This record gives sequence, C-alpha cells and structure tokens, in this order.
Amino acid sequence: MAQAVVANQAGLPLKLDPRRRRKEAFMKNFLRSAAVFTFLVSVAIVATILFDGLDFFFEVDKSKLLDIGWFPRRGLFDIPTLLIGTFLVSAIAMLVAVPLGLGAAIYLSEYANPKLRRSIKPILEILAGIPSVVLGYFAISWINPQLVQNFFDEAGVFNLTAAGLAVGVLLIPLMASVSEDAMRAVPMSLREASYGLGARRVTTSLRVVFPAAISGIVAAFILALSRAIGETMIVAIAAGATGGGLRSWDPLQPGQTMTAAMAALGAGSDQVAGDNLAFNSLYFVGLLLFFLTLALNVVGERFVRKVREIY
Amino acid sequence: MPTLSSPRQGADVAAAMTQQRLTSTKRDIRGAVFHGLLVLSLVMAMLILLLLVWDMWSDGREVLTTRLGDFLTSDLSTNPNEAGVAQGIFGTIMLCVIVAIVAFPLGIACAVYLEEYASGSQFARWTQVNVRNLAGVPSIVYGILGLAVFVQLLGDNGNGGLTGGRSLISGGLTLALLVLPVVVITTSEALRAVPRGIREGALALGSTPWEMIRKQVLPAAGPGILTGTVISLARAAGEAAPLILVGAVTGIFSSGDQNFVEQLRGRFTAMPIIIFSWARNPNSEFVKDTGAAAIVLLVLIFIMNGIAIWLRNRYERKW
Repeated sequence: MAQAVVANQAGLPLKLDPRRRRKEAFMKNFLRSAAVFTFLVSVAIVATILFDGLDFFFEVDKSKLLDIGWFPRRGLFDIPTLLIGTFLVSAIAMLVAVPLGLGAAIYLSEYANPKLRRSIKPILEILAGIPSVVLGYFAISWINPQLVQNFFDEAGVFNLTAAGLAVGVLLIPLMASVSEDAMRAVPMSLREASYGLGARRVTTSLRVVFPAAISGIVAAFILALSRAIGETMIVAIAAGATGGGLRSWDPLQPGQTMTAAMAALGAGSDQVAGDNLAFNSLYFVGLLLFFLTLALNVVGERFVRKVREIY
Repeated sequence: MPTLSSPRQGADVAAAMTQQRLTSTKRDIRGAVFHGLLVLSLVMAMLILLLLVWDMWSDGREVLTTRLGDFLTSDLSTNPNEAGVAQGIFGTIMLCVIVAIVAFPLGIACAVYLEEYASGSQFARWTQVNVRNLAGVPSIVYGILGLAVFVQLLGDNGNGGLTGGRSLISGGLTLALLVLPVVVITTSEALRAVPRGIREGALALGSTPWEMIRKQVLPAAGPGILTGTVISLARAAGEAAPLILVGAVTGIFSSGDQNFVEQLRGRFTAMPIIIFSWARNPNSEFVKDTGAAAIVLLVLIFIMNGIAIWLRNRYERKW
C-alpha cells in the first residue's frame, strides 16, 4: 500500500511497521468480537426464556396447566389448548404448502427452461416478501368469507382453518425454493441415464430425481413446518386470539396457538413489565416454542447437510 | 414379447420396440396430466398473489383515491375517515434506519471474520451452526428477548433508562437482532463467491489480510452483500410480532411536539402494527383504512425487494 510505504520512513521492513500491525490486530479483534456477539444473542435468548419460563413453571399451580382451556387472565393455563391449535394450523398450512411448493419446485427444476425460470422465480420471491400481517388480513377479508365459509356453513368470522390456509400461502416460497435447490443439486448424469433407458420426463422426475433429492425435500418440509409453528401475526389476526380459547379439536372454531397466545398477552397488557402470573406465562410458552422449533431446525439442518455430502 | 433366443434376434426386437415407441401416436396422458398439475401449482401461487393485491386494492381504493395525501400525513385516529398512517411510516423508516446502523456492520463483520480469518476453524463451524439456529428462531421469541433486555433491563422496566423503555430504540434493536443472522448468512455467501485468485493476488502484492479485505474482497462482494442487506431490511419492515412484545402502541397516541430524540425514546408504532390493530378493529369502517395501509406497506416492501433484485441483476458477476 502506497500510504504505508510513505509512512514508513524509519527504514523498517514493511512487515514491522507498527501502525500497520496495530491496525491489523485491531481489525481482527473487532471482527472476532462481532462473531462472538452472535453467541451472546443465543445465550441471552436462552437465559431469558429459561429463567422467566421456569420461574412461571415453579410458581404456577400445576393442575392449571391441564384444564378446560387457555384463559391466562383467569389463571387457566391449559397448554394442550395451545399445542392443539398450533398442530391444526400447521397441519392445514402444510396441506396447502407441500403440494403447491413441491409442484412449483419440480416444474422449475425439471420442466422450465432457463429463461422461463428467470421470469418465474421473482414471483415466488415477491410472494416470500409479503408481510405476515397483510396475509393475516387477507385471511379474514378474502380466504375466510370466500373459501372457508363458502364450504363450511358453521365456520365463524375467526377460525383456525382460514389462518392455516394463509400460513400455507406464506410457506409456499420456502418449500419451493429449498426443494428446488435440492433437486437441482441432483447430477445431470442421473437424468441422462434415465432418459437413455427410455424413461419419460414424468418418470424421470418422480422415480429418479425426486428420490435422489429426498433428503433435501424432507429438509424443506421440516423447515417449513418450523416456520408454520413460529408464525404469529396471521394466527393472531385470523384465528380470533382474544384473551383465550377452550380446548377444542375443531378447526372451524376460533382457537389459540402458542405464538398467538404470546402476541395476545403482549398486545393486551399495557403493563408490559407486569409481574403477574398471566404475563409470565408468556415466557413459559416462549420456552416451549423455542425448543420445539430448535429441535425441528436441527433435524432439518441434518438433512440439508446430507444432500451436500452425497453430491 | 417374443422370447430372445439369440443376440441377433434380441437386437431386432429392441429396434422394433424402439421404432414403435417413437412413431406411435398414443398420447402420453400420464405425462400430460403431471405437467398440467405442475403448471397449475405455479399458476395457483401467482393467482394467490394477484388475488391478494386485488383484494387489498378493492378494500383500500376509496381511501387511496380520495384522500391519499391526507392518509399519508395524518396521525392515528378513532375516526376511520380521518385516520392516517404518518406515525406508522415514520416508525417503520426509523426502525429500518436503526436496523441498518446496528445489524449491517455487526453482521458483515461477523461474516468477514468467519470467511476470511477463521475459515474452516472449529470456532467458525460453531458460529455458523449458532447463526443458522438463530435464523430459525421464531420472530416472537426475539420479542421476548427485546422485552427482557431492552425494555426491562436497559429501559428501567419500561420507564426510561438507556433505551427509553417501550421505544423506537428498543424496537429497532430487537429487529436488528432478528435480521442479524440473515445478514451474516447472505454476506457469507457473497464472500464465498469471490474467487481465491483475487485474495492471493492482493496478498502476493504485500497487503495485510485487512487491506486485502478492505480494498479487494469487500468491493468485489459488494453487490451480493447489498442485495442481502436490502432483503433483510424489507423483512424488518414487515415484521410485527416482536414489536408487539416490546410494546408498540396498538391503540392511538400523540407524539405532540416532541423533538427527535424524544420521539426515538418515546412511544411508537409501525406500519405492520397499524394494519394489525385496524384489522382487529370491530368498526367495519376501518376495512378501507386497513386495505389502504396494506397497499402502502406492500408498495414500500416491493420497492425494497425491487431494488435488491435490480442490484443483483445489474451487478451480478460470474467469475
């Protein structure tokens, strides 16, 4: 560097120029501390939910954790209500996202020519960029009246089905892009061998490429599921998260998921720093949610890495 | 199928079968149906997108065409004919600025260390695993973190303190932590795309590692890094869940004649929060305001994503 040479008038070899060395050491330490900071974030998350969540768990009357429903302000903390709600919403969402996402992925990876691909992919990217509050509003303003209530008379203004469908829309781009990556990573020679044996495109796609990419597709499924479980705003708007809900397996009823229950606790209370038990249940639900999604993500990552190892 | 008694006969049979396959006019129905289903799933995705925009537009059209200027410059109100999103636009822009100031330098620095200094080391591997896990943590859990650290610990239990409690600063810092892993991951990818020859050339000419990074690697990876950061900014602009927990206002509030610093430390809202609270408003008159606010937010985010896609197409380099 010209500057360094000019500054170095003592005749020292460039390597020993103290200013240059100091700067180098400083930058290295600064960059390293940024990397260490990411661990700090993880530690802070775990510490927060662990301390406050377990605090709640030790304080609460354990029989209230299994009751008729989730009504935190009345002291009823029925965890199964939230788990059932989360399960129903995620299951409906996956029913939408898996076929549509996989279909889009197979088309993009096996059928579309590069030009078509380049023009279609931005559409999926735009879909991925839609904020979840907007999708939540779409759920109550269009999906519910036009789809759900049209087919099921007993569905109310707020229900888990509409929320689940909207979450499914949210997951389509994620499902499509991760599984498309997996299928494009399958070596061309496998396809060529298949075509060489006289297989058609549909056979090649379903019997050769799909099985070869299965671990990546499983990863896409798991990551999408984890996203569905963690999605908050759609459910908070469309599933009727007001105060609480009874334990119910009926997807046409309003219901609570783990995330929506947390949002309702946060939005409903003006005493954010309140130290009452109802508010502290927030941390306990957060604890469950964190470890559930963490487990799914770890398993998903395993599958993603498997793809990389094979090819 | 005739039995194959000799290689010669086998070749004849194979040739005949191949010819039959190639010249037969039998339609490949299974293939056509499958192809149709694939196209259908893509068309469905596009249809949903169009429907969504059309639905928001038909709800919000009245407001957007008759009182757009008023809508963009008015404060929140209980009267749906007077309510506006000025506070939300201010909040969202300020949140994005705080995210850009905090998360971008940290994220880029972390990625540079992992890719350029510690590449392949045990520390880098652990950090990468940690960052990937952080990227998968649901956004509302970051809200809990923000509540505990920025509102309660640093914000004097919501009464002031360093961050001002339930303030724009707390919200911005929370969102910065939320997008930090995304910035690290996209920056790492951009750095990895820079060919080794550039690094080796710089080192061979006598630059130190930092000089090489500063003068060669970062400029070369610039477009990729920029694209990733803009996309993460768009994500922060659309996020609502963590802001609800750190105490964004879901009702109405007045900023009065606060100066800039007081506004940063004061109560706040953001576009997604406004949409959330209007969507839940029992007054059906608010439907038109909700649609209009959704269109405003969508335009904001489409512009950001558009910039990112344009940057990528404009500056993307194949080495």
